[in-house]
Amino acid sequence: MATATDELCVVNPVEQFLRSDRMPHIWCPGCGIGTTVNCFARALLNAKLDLDKVVVVSGIGCSGRVAGYVDLDSFHTTHGRAIPFAIGLKLANPELTVVVYSGDGDLTAIGGNHLIHAARRNIDLKVICVNNEIYAMTGGQTAPTTPAEATTATSPHGTFEPALNIPHLVEAAGATYVARWTTYHVKQTEKAMTEILLRKGFSFLEIISPCPTLYQRRNGMGDGLDAMKFYKEHAKTKNGTPTSELELDKLGDFIIGKFVEKDKPEYCEMMRQHYEEKLAGKYEQRTICQ
Amino acid sequence: MAAKGFVTINVERCKGCGFCVEFCPTKVLSLSSAFNSKGYHAPFVVQAEKCSGCDLCGMYCPDFAIFGKRLPA
Amino acid sequence: MHADPKATLTGVHFMNGDQACCEGAIAAGARFAAGYPITPSTEVVERFAHRAPEIGAVFIQMEDELASSIAIQGGAWGGAKSFTVTSGPGFSLMMEHIGYAAMTETPCVFVDVQRGGPSTGLPTLPAQGDMMQARFGSHGDYPMIALCPNSPQETFELTVQAFNLAEKFRTPVMLMLDECVGHMTEKVVIPPADQIYIEPRRLTKKRPDEFRAFEPQGDLVPEMAHAGNGYHLHVTGLTHDEKGYPSMTPQTQGLLVKRLFDKIRVAEDKILQYDEDHIDDADVIVVSYGISSRVAERAIHMARDMNIRVGRFRLITAWPFPERRLRDLSARVKAFVVPELNMGQMVREVERSVGRNAVTIHVPHAGGSVHRPEDILAAIVEGANGDRH
Repeated sequence: MATATDELCVVNPVEQFLRSDRMPHIWCPGCGIGTTVNCFARALLNAKLDLDKVVVVSGIGCSGRVAGYVDLDSFHTTHGRAIPFAIGLKLANPELTVVVYSGDGDLTAIGGNHLIHAARRNIDLKVICVNNEIYAMTGGQTAPTTPAEATTATSPHGTFEPALNIPHLVEAAGATYVARWTTYHVKQTEKAMTEILLRKGFSFLEIISPCPTLYQRRNGMGDGLDAMKFYKEHAKTKNGTPTSELELDKLGDFIIGKFVEKDKPEYCEMMRQHYEEKLAGKYEQRTICQ
Repeated sequence: MAAKGFVTINVERCKGCGFCVEFCPTKVLSLSSAFNSKGYHAPFVVQAEKCSGCDLCGMYCPDFAIFGKRLPA
Repeated sequence: MHADPKATLTGVHFMNGDQACCEGAIAAGARFAAGYPITPSTEVVERFAHRAPEIGAVFIQMEDELASSIAIQGGAWGGAKSFTVTSGPGFSLMMEHIGYAAMTETPCVFVDVQRGGPSTGLPTLPAQGDMMQARFGSHGDYPMIALCPNSPQETFELTVQAFNLAEKFRTPVMLMLDECVGHMTEKVVIPPADQIYIEPRRLTKKRPDEFRAFEPQGDLVPEMAHAGNGYHLHVTGLTHDEKGYPSMTPQTQGLLVKRLFDKIRVAEDKILQYDEDHIDDADVIVVSYGISSRVAERAIHMARDMNIRVGRFRLITAWPFPERRLRDLSARVKAFVVPELNMGQMVREVERSVGRNAVTIHVPHAGGSVHRPEDILAAIVEGANGDRH
């Protein structure tokens, strides 16, 4: 008969994915990034991948710090350039499962060009975009995703720019999986992450997340928990909504769900097939170097 | 009624955000008046018998400071 | 370790510097390149794009130089020897990532085929205006190795060396061509693969629990590991400790940055390369590099015909700079003549090394063509006739 201690494992199931020697992490109380990492860890368990072959690449920002806390091969690169670094990894070793984990400013502002072209290529990257609608790490400046009428450090009189509709952009560029959830929707986020870990092609997952210290506080929107309750109340799940209808504004209802999921040839596959056809016997596939 | 699950809380990691307390479906937790070395109020179990071990608290926690587990049947 | 005979293009060829650079990279074992078109460098990657699928390599044309310069670093950590190629405007765009490579000690090669600048400048015409940028272009402090070939043949050889230095010192290396060397077509002899020495990547044999990706070995260079092999690496551009974890303190900064400098400095004698001729009895020494050294050679011959005792000192490594050698030579020479296709870059290093021991005569040129030998000759004559300081 099994004893109580055999059955009752008192280690957090997520712990194996964390660099425990670096805990507690730097994210603020009520920040949602850690929640997304929890979902990610559970998704890794679900996907049953060889963890030695999973690589996380981050850019700069609060979300960019994810790379430093996961106990996988992880690369904390330069602002906006996680995606091209990830492409280099993937092409050098196509056996790697390459996850890009970064923030909205990093991926869509300075990194926007790379986002577009990686989506266009449908290269097998799993891009997790934590969208807190602000540049948090640097003190709360306006991001392309900051909704109009929000107050930020660089728009102290309020923003007037329209916010970027990221899912629409990446779908137009060619992404074959596009979804948006929030940090309140942990089950859906976990499921989406599991799906993207297991599929091939360019996958984009946007997760709306609170930034209590800067975005919420400066806009009188309470703390992290208030933001989570806001998502619970105002996020409406409507899978398959055309991405053109996915604008976000400051208050009011917004749409979440899975919007795009299609099968198209993935970049590495296309490359292989193309050269096999063009060069026949002379084609030599990329040899992985130990 | 016996609990179907239990939670483990790492008080020192907690930052008192309150997600677990709010989103526990059976209201097992409450924020403690005691605080950890950083000054945060961690949760504690107020209704242990209501815990189903669903681990929603664990999924919500941004600080990896709590997780739930089902008890063996 | 030696070059792969299947990929190496052994034989006698008639090719230009860009093409020779590509073949040098292939011989050196480069199997990943990312680039963006920019005159006069594009032929390097055009050739690589052609050769890659037949030699188990991958070329990807990225959307800009920012992407190219970091894609090659992903390629390096993913297991490939990698390089990118550009010219002035692209080189400027790559600066952040050159700093990232220096900080993360990522072995990779950046080729700059220099053209007239600044800004868009003269896309199809030569200059040597990026020499200081090669050393100091990124922000912060880091050392650099930069090589300057002066012929397509030497381009082949120095490209191989650039990759070898990158692996030996776990550092980015700059290969500084110019439009003339890149586009001139000359005989290039590529030896049999077993005569081309290749420095293997210093991959660790330690177990994952023992290995630290930024722990220096005896020569101050850390061993490396690739992603996907269970090492659970962490690499960051933040100031970091030996595990690679961010450690943003003055103490860590002092240790790390100093070691980045020291790992090159302590091996300087092995890295430095220069080509000296008629130095021992020289009154005047011409210090030059790249295409300017070819023209300088003509001027030197003309000066010797006038019985001027003139020697040649050709920089093959521009960085590190052979400071000590020039300081020693300055004790017994009247003047150094420095022709370069810029308004004064490497001449500053010559002046700094030589100090007041001798006169430094600069022969600047804004770029767009090469010097006239007469202009260099005039400077040699001035140096020969003048008094020491």
